[in-house]
Parts: sequence; structure tokens; C-alpha cells
Amino acid sequence: MRAFEYVTPKSKEQAVGLLSQNWGDTELLAGGTDLLALMKDDVVAPKRLVNVKSIAGLDAIGYNARTGLRIGALVRIADFADNADVRKYYPTLARVADDAASPQIRNQATMAGNLCQRPRCWYFRNGFGLLAKDPQSGKSLVVEGDNRYHAILGNDGPAYFVSPSSIAPALIAAGAKIRVFGPSGARELPLEKFYVIPKSENEREHDLRSNEIVIEIVVPPPSGERFGHYEVRQKAEFDWPLATASVALKMSGNKVQAARIVMGHVAPIPWVCDKYVEATLLGQPLTETTANAAGVVAAEKPGKSLGKNAYKIRLAHVAVKRALLQAVKET
Amino acid sequence: MADYKWPDAQHRTLIGTRQSRLDGPVKVSGRAKYTYDQNPKGLLAGAILRCPHAHAKVVSVDTSAAEKIPGVKAVQVLQGPGKEVHWAGDEIVALAAINEGIAEDALRAIKVQYEVLPHFVDDATEPKSAAEETGPLALDDLINMFSNQVPEPQISSTVQKRGISFPVTDDLVKRMRSFNVGENVIKALQSAPQKSPESTRSPFKKSAVNVTGDPDQAFKTAEATSEGLYGVPVITHCCLEAHGVIAHWPDAEHLETQVSTQNVCGMPDQIAQALTGIGIPISASNIRNRQQHVGGGFGSKFAADRWSLAAAQLSKKAGGAPVKIMLDRRAELEVAGARPSAYAHVKLAAKKDGAITAWDSQSWGTGGPLGGNMPPIPYIFTEIPHQRKQHISIATNIGPARAWRAPNHPQAAVLTMCAIDDLAARLGMDPFDVFLKNLPLTPRANVYEAELRKADELMQWKKRWHPRGDESSGPMKRGLGLSIHTWGGRGHQGAGDLTIHPDGTVEYRSGTQDLGTGTRTAIAMVIGETLGLPLNAITVKIGDTNFPHDGGSGGSTTIGAVSAESRRAATDALNELLAKVAPTLGVAPDQLEALYGTIRVKDTQGKSITWKKACSMLGATGVTAHGQNPDPSKPPDLTNSGVGGAQMADVSVDVETGIVRVNKMVAVQDCGLIINLKTAESQCYGALIMGISYALFEEKIMDPTTGRMLNPNMQFYRLAGYGDIPELVVHMMTGPGYDERGVIGLGEPPVVSPGAAISNAVANAIGVRVPFLPITPDRVLAALEKKGGAA
Repeated sequence: MRAFEYVTPKSKEQAVGLLSQNWGDTELLAGGTDLLALMKDDVVAPKRLVNVKSIAGLDAIGYNARTGLRIGALVRIADFADNADVRKYYPTLARVADDAASPQIRNQATMAGNLCQRPRCWYFRNGFGLLAKDPQSGKSLVVEGDNRYHAILGNDGPAYFVSPSSIAPALIAAGAKIRVFGPSGARELPLEKFYVIPKSENEREHDLRSNEIVIEIVVPPPSGERFGHYEVRQKAEFDWPLATASVALKMSGNKVQAARIVMGHVAPIPWVCDKYVEATLLGQPLTETTANAAGVVAAEKPGKSLGKNAYKIRLAHVAVKRALLQAVKET
Repeated sequence: MADYKWPDAQHRTLIGTRQSRLDGPVKVSGRAKYTYDQNPKGLLAGAILRCPHAHAKVVSVDTSAAEKIPGVKAVQVLQGPGKEVHWAGDEIVALAAINEGIAEDALRAIKVQYEVLPHFVDDATEPKSAAEETGPLALDDLINMFSNQVPEPQISSTVQKRGISFPVTDDLVKRMRSFNVGENVIKALQSAPQKSPESTRSPFKKSAVNVTGDPDQAFKTAEATSEGLYGVPVITHCCLEAHGVIAHWPDAEHLETQVSTQNVCGMPDQIAQALTGIGIPISASNIRNRQQHVGGGFGSKFAADRWSLAAAQLSKKAGGAPVKIMLDRRAELEVAGARPSAYAHVKLAAKKDGAITAWDSQSWGTGGPLGGNMPPIPYIFTEIPHQRKQHISIATNIGPARAWRAPNHPQAAVLTMCAIDDLAARLGMDPFDVFLKNLPLTPRANVYEAELRKADELMQWKKRWHPRGDESSGPMKRGLGLSIHTWGGRGHQGAGDLTIHPDGTVEYRSGTQDLGTGTRTAIAMVIGETLGLPLNAITVKIGDTNFPHDGGSGGSTTIGAVSAESRRAATDALNELLAKVAPTLGVAPDQLEALYGTIRVKDTQGKSITWKKACSMLGATGVTAHGQNPDPSKPPDLTNSGVGGAQMADVSVDVETGIVRVNKMVAVQDCGLIINLKTAESQCYGALIMGISYALFEEKIMDPTTGRMLNPNMQFYRLAGYGDIPELVVHMMTGPGYDERGVIGLGEPPVVSPGAAISNAVANAIGVRVPFLPITPDRVLAALEKKGGAA
């Protein structure tokens, strides 16, 4: 690890003042489970580390039947998963959080950190850069090389990694917003808009600017929607999924009235399915056949193999199908 | 001279019982100190600059800026200009500094220029055109044959036939003897024709066709044939405690090391030779190596390794201060050991009743930059009457091969047992019956039959087996698979000293090591058994070259060695004690026995003295006896060779996602007389877990463009976790027919079969073979698609 300056601001205003205008100069330290590994591997090398753990008021969870759930940026994943209101009103979110990483990591990592963790792309993690360009040929190492874990959607380049959070797609399906704080105050945006596909090496995978911090995640109160979440994971525990699907359904009787489907680990961003996927379900009862059809439209139709990841198209399809079926099975 | 033998079943008090490890409490509480944990006063942090290229020539190395950084105490170029590097991560420069941070900064200040050369990291694709190798053997080829455990007669004949391109120096002969290389091989080398080396080296070396009987005719007249493609990729050892060392010079002539090793006593010779070769003359007797605990080796920790020499060099330069170099996880996975791969097209011919008549294999694989050797195929069923085999060895830049638990056997098991399983499917037979039918082609048919039948009972195989392809509805398909395996396992040569002190305490000293298998506990059990004392009365000291020399813990040779050594030493020491106390009890020494903390007259009640009292008669110095296990050329007495085992796997496969879950595994294993039943069973449990890992998860994945390992971390180099471990059932074969064979090693054999058994179970579940391990979702889905049965 390279030498760095370490600062511990006491307020969000102080924190913002200590952050740089440019990515790379400063990094935010919360749980540190991802950042410290990246620093040890010299993938990132900030000159200053801004420890935000001492900022008061960012570690609370509050539930209100009218406004919903407010999750402080510093709430640890384990505390989120164990929270009585979360378990009662958002059981699917509790389950997703409970399934993330390992107990040690859940006890240390924060919710905002989970949403802002860097891609697990093995070219990025081995020091070849976020967009992994071969310095000799300028070609993408991902496209030329081993892309078995890379994107099947949103993969027109130059980014081919997959968004690494399993919690983000579930929060997006639940309609979550994210609040960030910067030099000109706070702003709020839908969580799905928070994620962007970078076009150059010095851009990031999200809309957080280098001098902003996440302060809160807000989830609307439950309104009779049914949620489902399915992860295809090679190992039973502590393994990044190969594909996930999170769904929220509004049912009218046994017919689907509205459907929001978000896939994870399939694109550089949490992948919110378009209206064509919803259209396959609208007005239909949710059955093996309709769920499967939605999976086909969500993954098989738009999915594009980079060479070694065609199987992930199938996995995303199956994840969508199973998440949908789970949503109507669980009440 | 005493007659050394093991006590009969009715006279054992400790041997064969289940005893917890004596070092269990210190290990689980973190008090056990590994090399990694040692931080002696004045310790310097060692660090290594590694080559980022898979194949390159070092053009220049400039360490001047690094040397100027305050806190940097020593810099040592390990591979300077002109050196050719054959894998990414190879060591270029080592340095030592007062802390890790400064050491890392200094590494970044070193400038190395490379001439990047073409690399080759694809071992799985079948080589299409490869000429047969006929030229002389280089020294590397020879070492490669040793490390791949090529049978010595085959080494001798290859050496004689092809000649050699290197001199057979006295040093080389001495070194070979220290590794127990047979005299026949040494003679063959000394009389081999000397030829000049071949100038061009293709990555592919094709062996001569190896034919037994008349395979052409056998296939032509066969009642049934089957063929398939099978493979096992390069995997790494991934030791929990990475490779590493602490070295320091207490004075100019003496070196002390703590190498994380499975070969404590092998270090001084290796280090002395290497240091002397680079201008630091030292004799092995001036090197002391110690180690109390090691966090895994699996075959990768026999050599002193370049980092051990670097630590010694840096310490020397830094005035003797201790220097610690431990590999980080990336280096551990990139450079500290790669198990050779093996792939093959296998064809079998058989009669309608399942009797195998012919074998044909075209195999290939890599053992790193030197190529590699054909695994021993057909495995166990060696007596298949008609055989044709040809192997292509591929030289790659994937990394250096090291022995991996049962070298070449897991690969051979996959290539053989999966082919037989496919034959059974072809014949519409239960593979259990096909294996039984063909046991006469194996060396220990009766044992395998007993083990397979026991496994059947524990798995309920006969009740539960279904023909290939689970016909039940839904995406989850269940299947059963089996495999059998073998290993040698006779104890190596080595020794220990046992002292009975006048106060009754018992101390045993040996230069062996506890690889995590319970060696300390086993030694204490043997001594306690022999002296009639409880386990806690025995002090076992190991892991120090100041103790009697013992061999490396490899090839399952440790338990046979340490049990025989300690039994001999304890028997001799006891006999001296009995001679001393016999007059007091008024009988001849041979009328006495040591039991339950007393010395007593055999077959009489009451006439005895306590152990403590007896020992007080020993005089001031007590008694010390030296126990030596003879070298393996002598007839076996307390230890023996040759074990078998049968394993069965029960798996579920999700045919929509390709995810495989193991539901249950059964391991039935023999290993002669078992000292500690508990740690023997633990060996099998551990082997099954390791086997599930390499069957489903492990693969050293190489990037074609950069030639670098893409998964040198614990995220993508997956190992089985708790959730992936199913019900494991272990049964050890003991009693008459096994116990009287003597003690035989167990480290390797149970890890051989899981890959084949799990692959066969997957084929049974989904109705098609997934050719290559690890059996990952992409491969399962591809196999299903090929079959046309994807859900």
C-alpha cells in the first residue's frame, strides 16, 4: 500500500471540504472491506483517505408508514438485515442483505459502501484498469480474453464489467432513492439513475462525484407489491452471483398489473428491464410459462455474448423466471 | 537386537483408538505460532519484485533509487540481465527494509527493462501437430520426470535411449541420493550417451506410442466400445499459510531459518548447496531450520525456494538481522505451485458382460515450462490386456509444477474411472457391476471388492442407482458416481531419540514435522502404547534440525516413518529400563511388561512397581534410545506400502443453471494398521473437502493476451466453503487382513477419487458427460446443449 494522508471529518460539510474535485486523489473510507483490498493491490492509490465513520447521524435506520424506510449510509449490512422493521416490511431486502458476502464482511461493510463498491472484473482487480485496455494494441482485454464473468447486456463497450452489488438491484426494484451530499448541498435521485456506464478510464460506475458523499437511501413504504429475488451462485455462500433478478409485482387478482424487473451481475449497471419485458406479463396470470417468457424477453432476446459468457444469458433468464415465480409464491 | 512388532489387537490400549490432537487447543486458540506469526526482535520486512510478463528476458535492472530510500537495509538482484523468465510472477529482485511500507515503496523504485517474448498458456486445446520427441534429455527433463514420479525403470530406459545433454557431476549424484533416487537410475545416467542439446524447442513433445498386446485387433473384434473426452486443468495448492521464511545469521558462519515447509530436515542441504553456488559458502551442518506448525503444503513445500535463499542473502547483507519473506496471496497462487493438467481422448473395448479388453488413449497436458508426463493410465486397471497410449507434453508459461497431493493420481483417476463409467452407460450396466467385473485387472481385487461393497452399504448405491439421466420432473437432477484409487505410503527413512528421565518423564525428539495431520499425537500414542503410559505423560519435540534427521512429509510417508521410529526407540528404551528393574521384582526382564503406569510381572496380579519408582532406578542420566526406520530397500517390518480406497458421490444438478451441489460422499479406505483412528478419518474428511473443491471450483485461469493468472485471489480462485460441504461418511478398513500389514500412510489416497466420483455422479444425474473439471455452470450447460437436452 502506498503512503496516504488520513483524515476523519466530524460532519458531512467537513467531509466534502476534504474531498478532491478529481477521482483518484481522494477516496471515502467507510467499512473499508473493498477499498483497503484495492489499495493493498495498488489498484487505487489515493493521496488522502477521508474516513466518514465519525460523521454523526449517518448510521440510523428509521421506518415510517407514510414515508417509508430511511437507511443511513453508514448502516452496516448486518444491522440492516437484522433490523426488525426491515424484516417485517421488507423481508425480501432483509434476505438479500443476509445473503451478501460473509458474516465478517456484513458486520463491517456499510450499505452505501455496498452500493458504491468497485467492479469485481478480474482485469480491473489485476491492475489493467477499469476499462481493461491492452496497452500495446489498445484493444479490450475483456473482449480478446477471458470474459466468462462479464456483461451480457449494456456491453457495447468500452465497459464490460458487471455491477457487483446484489443489494442494489433489489433496492431499485423496491423503488429506492439515494441521497447524496456535496458542495452545493444535498440531492436525491432514483437509485437506478445513480448507476452509469463509464465511457473513459477516469469515470466511475456511478453518478457520485468525487467530492460528494452518500448520506441516505430511502425506500418507499410497501404498497401491496410482491417482491422476489433470485441469485444464481456457484458456491452456496460467500460468492459473487453469476446473475440475479429482483422483481416487484403489482397484482390485480391473479393478473399482473405492473412489473419491475432488475437484473444484477449482467451489465455494468443494475439492469432495469424495459417495457417489453413488462408487456409480456401485463394482464397475465403469473405461471411457469409467462415467467419463462419474461425471462426470454429480459435476457435471451437482448443478451449478447462476448465469447465465453453466453451461459450467463441463460442464467439471467432463469433468474428472472425464478424471481417472478417466487414473488407470487411468497406472500 | 529387539524384535520390533506392533501389539496384537487385544493388547492395544492406545493404538487404533480415537484421540484428539495434542496441539488442537493451541491451534484453535491462535497460540500455535506459524512461520508467518514469528516476529523476532530486529525483524526486517523482505519483499520481492516479480516479473509482470509470462515470458521475457531481463534486459536491465536498476536498483539504485531503491537502495537510497531510508530504511532499506539490503537489496539483492535474483535474476539479472540476460535471465529468461518463464512465468509471470517470477522473482527478479528481493530487498529488506525496516517495515513493509518502506519495502513496498522501494520495490516501486526499482526499474527493470524486459524484452517481452511470446508466451503460451493454453494447455486445454488438443495439440494437432506434434512431432515425437527423440533428442537428448536436458537436466530439466530429468527433474521433471522425478517430480512427476515417473517409474524409475522408465527413467533409466528413457535416459539410455535418448541420451543426455548435461554432465552427471558428483554434486548431482549426491543430490539425487539425498532425494532417495535409486542407484539403477544413477547408473543409467552415468552410462548414458552424451549428446548436444537440440536447438529448437516446440511447446509440444510427443512421446513414443506405448503398445501392449494387440489393441487394433481388440477394438476390431470388440462386442462394445465407448469413447470420451476427459480432463483436469492446472490447479494451484493455495496453502492457507503462504510459502515463506525467516532467516538470520547469528554469526558469520551460522544461518538459522524458519521455513514454512513439509521438509524441515531437507532445508539445510538444499540451502547450503544453493548459497555456496552463489558465493556464500556454508556447510549444511551450520544451518539450523525450525518449524513448529505449518499451514498446509500439499506437496508444494519441499524445496528451499528462491525466497528462502533471498532471505538468507538479504540477512547476510543486513548484518545478520532476521529477514521475513512471506508470499502474498497473489504470489502464492501464481508461483508457489501448479498441479499439472491432463486431458485425454479415451477409447475402451469390452465384452457385453462389461469385461474390458482394450484401452486407447491420446493424452496431453502441461506441467509448466518443462512440459510434463503422462499420468499413470489406465489407472489401477493396469492389466487391461490390450493397450495403446500416446502422450503430448505441452511446455507452457502457466507456472512451475509442484507435486500436489497424490501427484498425477487424481488426473489418472478422472481419465480412467470416467471412461469406465461411460463404458458402463454405453452397455446399459450399473458402473458398480462393471467395476466389480474388472477388478481382476487390478492388483488388489479382494480389497477393492470389500471396499466397494462397504461403500454400497453406506451409500445405498444398489437401492438408489438409476440408469444414466434422472428422469424425474423438475430442474433438479440427482445422480450417483464412484471411483477407486491406490497409493504406496511406506514410511521413509528417518529417526528419533527417546529419553526416559529418572523422574519418569518421557521425551521424544525427531526432525519430522506435523503437516497438520496429527503427527505429534500419533508419535505420543505409539510411545504411550509401548511404555504403558497415558498420552499426557509423553513430551514430543519435533520440527528442528538439531533433532535426529527425519524425512520430508510427502507421498504419505510420514506416519509409517514416525510410528516405526518411535516404536523402535521406545521398545529399546523400555528394554533397558526393564533390565534395570528386573532384579527388584525378582524375574527376568522378559517376564515384565509396562502397562497402566506400572512395570509389572506378566500374568500375575499385584507384583508391580510404579513407573516413577522404576525410572528412579535408572541413575542420573536416564536412558536414551535411538529409533531408526530403515530405508525402503530393506524388507518392511513396522510399515508397509500399498493401499486402496473406494468413494461414492451423490450429487444434484440444476439443469437450468448448471449448478452442482454434492449431497453426500462416502469414502472407504484401508491403510494397514491405524495409529489414531480420529486423525485418520480426519484425513479422509479433509481429502473429500479438497476433492469437492477441485471437482467443482478450482482452476488456474490464464489470460491469453497478457499470459497472467486472472484469478490469483480467493474470490475467483474458489474453494469449497461450509455450505458446499455435504454429509461426509468415512469408513476405515481395519482388523484382520489390514492391521497385520503394518502402518501405511494416508495423506494422498483419499484425495484421488473425488474428482472422478463427482464427475460420474453428474453424468448419471444429467445423462451426459461434462468432459473437464471443474464442473462449472458454463460447462454443464454446454454439455446439456450438446446432448440436446437442455431444459
